[in-house]
Order: sequence, then C-alpha cells, then structure tokens
Amino acid sequence: MKYVPLMWAMLWRKKLRTSLTLMSIVIAFLLFGMLQGINAAFQEVIERSNVNRLIVTNKISLTESLPYSYLSQLESIPGVAIVSHESWFGPYYQDPKNLIAAFPVEPDLEFPAHPEVVVSKAQIDALKKTRTGVIVGAGLAEKYQWKIGDRIPLHSTIWVKASDGSSDWDVDIVGIYEQPSNRTREDAMFFNYAYFDEARSFGKGTVGWYVVQLNDPSQSAQIAATIDRRFANSPNETKTQTEKEFQQAFLKQIADINLIVTYILIAVFFALLFAVGSTAMQAVREQVPELAVMKTLGFSDTRVLVLVLVQALAVCVVAASLGLAIAQFLFPLLRDTLGVVTMPLAVVVEGVAIAAILAAATGIIPAWRAKRLVIAEALRS
Amino acid sequence: MIQQIVAVTIMNLRSLPQRIGTAWVIVIGIAVTVAVMISVLAMAEGFTQTLKGTARVDRALVLRAGSEAELASTISRENTQTIMDAPGIQKNSAGRPIASAEAVVIVALPQKKDGADANVTLRGVGANARALRPEARLIAGRMYRPAVREIIVGKSAVAQFKGLDLGSRIAFRDSEWTVVGIFESGGDAHESELQGDVETVLSAYRRNLFQSVSVMLESPQAFDRFKAALTTDPTLKVSVERETNYYAAQSRNLSKLLNLLAYFVGGIMALGACFGALNTMYTAVSTRTREIATLRAIGFGGLPIVISVLAEAMLLALIGSVMGSAAAWLFFDGNTVNTLAAGFTQVVFHLTVTAPLVAAGVIMACLVGMLGGLMPAIRAAQLPIAVALRAS
Repeated sequence: MKYVPLMWAMLWRKKLRTSLTLMSIVIAFLLFGMLQGINAAFQEVIERSNVNRLIVTNKISLTESLPYSYLSQLESIPGVAIVSHESWFGPYYQDPKNLIAAFPVEPDLEFPAHPEVVVSKAQIDALKKTRTGVIVGAGLAEKYQWKIGDRIPLHSTIWVKASDGSSDWDVDIVGIYEQPSNRTREDAMFFNYAYFDEARSFGKGTVGWYVVQLNDPSQSAQIAATIDRRFANSPNETKTQTEKEFQQAFLKQIADINLIVTYILIAVFFALLFAVGSTAMQAVREQVPELAVMKTLGFSDTRVLVLVLVQALAVCVVAASLGLAIAQFLFPLLRDTLGVVTMPLAVVVEGVAIAAILAAATGIIPAWRAKRLVIAEALRS
Repeated sequence: MIQQIVAVTIMNLRSLPQRIGTAWVIVIGIAVTVAVMISVLAMAEGFTQTLKGTARVDRALVLRAGSEAELASTISRENTQTIMDAPGIQKNSAGRPIASAEAVVIVALPQKKDGADANVTLRGVGANARALRPEARLIAGRMYRPAVREIIVGKSAVAQFKGLDLGSRIAFRDSEWTVVGIFESGGDAHESELQGDVETVLSAYRRNLFQSVSVMLESPQAFDRFKAALTTDPTLKVSVERETNYYAAQSRNLSKLLNLLAYFVGGIMALGACFGALNTMYTAVSTRTREIATLRAIGFGGLPIVISVLAEAMLLALIGSVMGSAAAWLFFDGNTVNTLAAGFTQVVFHLTVTAPLVAAGVIMACLVGMLGGLMPAIRAAQLPIAVALRAS
C-alpha cells in the first residue's frame, strides 16, 4: 500500500500523455461494451430459451401453415404436457414503420405453455370473454402509452377480413403482461385465435406453428423425432426443434453477428495495443534516471518490475471500467433499433479480464526493461 | 513565407524515420478505423446495389393494398386478369401483355456456411416472364418445362445454399423438384431465388392465390395511366408501385442500420484514433523542442512550424487511410453474404467497396489527422524560445 503515492506520482509524471492514453482505452472499452453487449444480449435470448419446449413448424418453411387438427394429435404424444399454437399476424400500428409482433392464440393453451409470462388470471379471463381482447407486453404498452381499456386499430400486412375485405383489425386491451426473466420479450401482444380465424378470408383452420411443452426436457430430442415421424409423408410434414435451436437458426438467417463483432473488436484492440504499448515504452524510457535512483536506494529489480506492471494494470483496468460504465449507461438507447435492454454482466467481467491482458501485453516489455536496468549506465544517461 | 513553410516541412518529414515507433500509432489507429468503417459501408452498399439492380423504371409491381412485401400479399386469379388487361402495359408481338402473375413461397434450405435453415424464395412465374425480365439468362442447363416439377435457380442461391446444384433434387410438398437450370440476372435480387412455372408451384402448394403481378410498361411515363386504371377499379384493392420505389423501400431499413453502425462504430474508433494521434504528435513536438526553438531563434515564423507539424500528422493519417482502404478492399470486396431482408426472404449480395466509400474513409482520416495535429502544432509554435533552447 505504501507504494501507492509513488506509483501515483510516476503515473502522472506526464499528465497529458496519461490522460490521452486513458481516453484511448476508455473509447476502446466503450465500443467493446456496446458491441459485445449486443452480441451477448442476442446470445442470452438463445441461452435463456426454454429447453423444455419444442417448436413445430411446417417442414417447407416457417411461413407455411399447419392444420389445426394437429393440435389433438400432438397432445396425444406421450411425454407432451401442453400444446399451444401461435400464428404470424404481421400488423403495424398507425404507420408501416411501427411493426408489432402480434400473435393470435388460445388463452387456455398459450399462457400455461409459457409460465415465464406473468399476467393475472383475471386478465386472462377477460381475454377469454372479450372476443377482440388483447394482452400486450409492458414494454409495448409503455412505448405507445397504452392502458387497459384502450381500443387499438391494427393494420395487418397479411390478413384480410372476409366480412369487408379490409385489413384493419381493432383490438381492445384487457391486460398487460410482464416477463421479468427477459424484458426484451415484453414487446409482443396476444389476442384471440377464435376472433382471428373466424374473421380472416383465407387460411381458415390453420395455425402458424405449434409450441409443445414437455414433461421432461431430457426427452426433447426423442419426442421431436416422434413428432416429425408422426407427420412424415403427410401433406404437411413438420420440422420440430427445441426453442433454443429454433431461435439460433433464426438469428443465423439474419447474419453471423458474433463474427462481425469479433472482427471489429480484433481491429479495435489491435490498434489499442499499439497506442498503449508505445506510450508505456516511452514512459519507461523517460523514467530511466528516476528508476536508476530508486534502484540505488535499494529497490530490488523485481520490485521495479512489479511497480511498472501494476501501473499498467491500474491504467487499463480503471479506463476499461469507465468505458464499460459509459456503455452500460448508453445501452438502453438501443432498445428501439435492436430490441436489447440491458448489457449482460458477463460482458463486464470479460471486459475487465481483457483489460488485464492488455495491461500485461503492453506492460511486460517496459517492465522488463526497467528490471534489467543497470544503475551505473542508467544514471549516466 | 512559402519558402519557409516548404523548408521546415521537408526538414520535419526527413526526421520522421527517427520517430517511426510512435508514428505507427497514428498510422495503425487510422488504418483500422478506416478499414472497419469501409467494410461495414461496403455491406450496406452491396445490399442496396443488389436491390436497386433488380428494379427498372418501366416496370411496375402490383400487390394487395396494405402489403409491404410480396410474401404478405394475396391476389385472386380474376384480379390478376383484370390487372394484366389494364392500359399502359407493353404488348408482345402476339398482342399479349408482357406481364407475369407470380406466386412467391418460401423454401427452407440450409445455408452452406453453417447449415442453419434459411428462407429462400421460390417464385412461380408466368409464361411471359422472360420477356418481362430480359436481364435473366441461363448459364447452365435448360429452362423448366410447365406442368413438370422442375425449377431453375439463381447463381447466388447456388453459391450460398446447399443442394441447388444442377440436377439435384429438392423434396418439398410431398414431391421432388429437379434443378434443371442455373440463371444469372446481373447480380440482382432474383439471383437469390428459385424459379418455376407459376401454375405448377400453385398446384404443388394447393393454392389458388397469387402474390403479385409484375408488368412491363409501354414507357416509364405510362405508369400513371396504369396506376390510375387499377386504383380506380372498384373490383381491385391493390397498391401499384414502380419497381424502383418498391426495391428502394425494401433496402431502406437494413442499409440505414448498416450505415448507422458504420458511422457510429467508425466515429467512436475515430475518436480513439484522435487521442492516439494527439499523444503521438505531442511526443513528436516534445522530442523536437530544441530543434523548433532553434528554428524560431534564427528567424522562422510560427506559421511554418504549425504547418510542418500538421503536415506530418496529415501525412501519417493519409498513409493510414490508404492502408485501411486497401485492407478493406483486399479482404472484403466481393465477399458474398446473405441476410434475411425486409420481405422475410433471403437476399444474397456482395460487399462492394466503391470510390465514394474510400473517399469517405480518406476524409475521416484527414479529419482525425487534423484534430490530432492541430493542438500539438500550436503548442510547438508557442514554445518560449529561451526555455525551449535549454531543453534536453
């Protein structure tokens, strides 16, 4: 501890240089926090998905529907606890830019199959009683300032009503759900399949995909195979995946986010290594006479090495923490564009670890030089 | 004055090799920033060019009113007839309208890079589609025959998705389809698709609804006439768009997101590079303290000193931007990638590094060099001569 003031003095020997170096590191870790945060947030959605659930889609593609009659057949498969279904409604609110994830469901099936969705029983009952009722996510309600009792005019980009040939579907908010385990999932809405199926002009008697909740997650592979076998060689063959596989495949369709982020961050840290490394070398070079004096006063070679290394570590870790803190602060701004809410904690841990590695990589050569310093020669320089 | 500036600048640049260690900080910082920015911009550029290349001003696309993309649209058989009989459509030698009522469905095919299923478009096209899209031409195999489950596939689709080589069979909808031909289409979005005869596709999918009607107009000006005829027809509820508008809208969101990413990440990295440049230039000035003071003492003005320092920063920045652009071009130009586009279907495109993108990189590099060099340059010029001469 007694060396703290000494290190402090050594560190701020050139105030401008140290501040500029600090800033470069802050910037690099700000980027790391944002990019790796986005990446990790997407991965987390996958990781947190329920391994206990299977998604059954049409084998041809996600956009081909499945017959409603599969419901009872799926329910009869051993090991299946609850079967629910969802369909893609594809609506927007007021402006085509405001696309909303809305799903026609059967309340008695959907909510029991998704225990992570928190909504009161009274509100589910209200949904069952109100034909045009809808339960919206807390995030969505907040975004558009909706409250229970509001009538929301939705415009479906896909479904036309048979009665008047229009694509306008009005729904009435009867409840608001939360999903504390994953706040990004609070941006959807669920309304009655009965209303949807009766009113639509085509595709009646079909659903988008089935959600199958299992009794025992260890059986998921086996039951998925059973389901696909059951419907093999029928007009609507199925493809059954766990929720995790399903989400993973979907993200991969968009882009390999992980790869892009990795490329950018490698580039950033490559540049940072040079910037920090070069200033660390300079600092030691300029401090040669002082280090020599310290050695004359009895500082051992190892102690000098440790002093220099600890300085590098302090600079890197402090600056990295600052950068990560700014990233954490800015992160919620991305909700609208990317749907991510909080920066995962793992990113902070990873960031600090990288900062330590950076310190070691940039500090070791200068520290070694300081250690190897020969007093007589150094004093003469 | 000019003479002084030239003399000091040349002298300064000559001594640059002595400071090469710290000079690298600027070069590499800027090279990396420019490379990242240009690569992401190249992605946006490639995507936009692919969709833009699909469109012609004298072609129009008819969708159901309210649908944003083909996949979400439905048009009945009677309506497709009405649409194709509308005025303003170019006729072929037999007097038939050059138009195609199309079915657009999705086939899940595994991506070559990771095996994950992707939404590939299968487009059922009408008999006149070849006249409608003269840019498409077969490069291998032959055309599909109607009423037989045969398809032709785009060059880009073959490159990105598994199982589309000539002669291979794809099983979907309780039947097998054979790939009989491969076509190219000038690198446009149709190259990411599979195409077959529309009636065969509809019967295989047990559908009787079409998704869209594409028409060749008599001239670009005929659009208004065509649109007016359709939108005033009470039996139709359709939206009519020029292909140019439709495809521009399809690429808008993704290219906006990519541009945002490029400038956001590039901007932050540029700021980082600025700090690095400042550090380097302050160091450069401080190692030259005595030299600069001597110059001042023998009568050189402040301005030549400022300019010489700025010139050094700018030169290093320019070298960095050239290295960065070259790296982006070497490693990423022409790389083929695919993504899920606005219409929920895959579009295959190539990263395209263009001259304006490189120019954007160079401008940014100059800005960083300027910002990084200015303050140290001013400090250099303001050094008190007497004190500075005594510096070690």
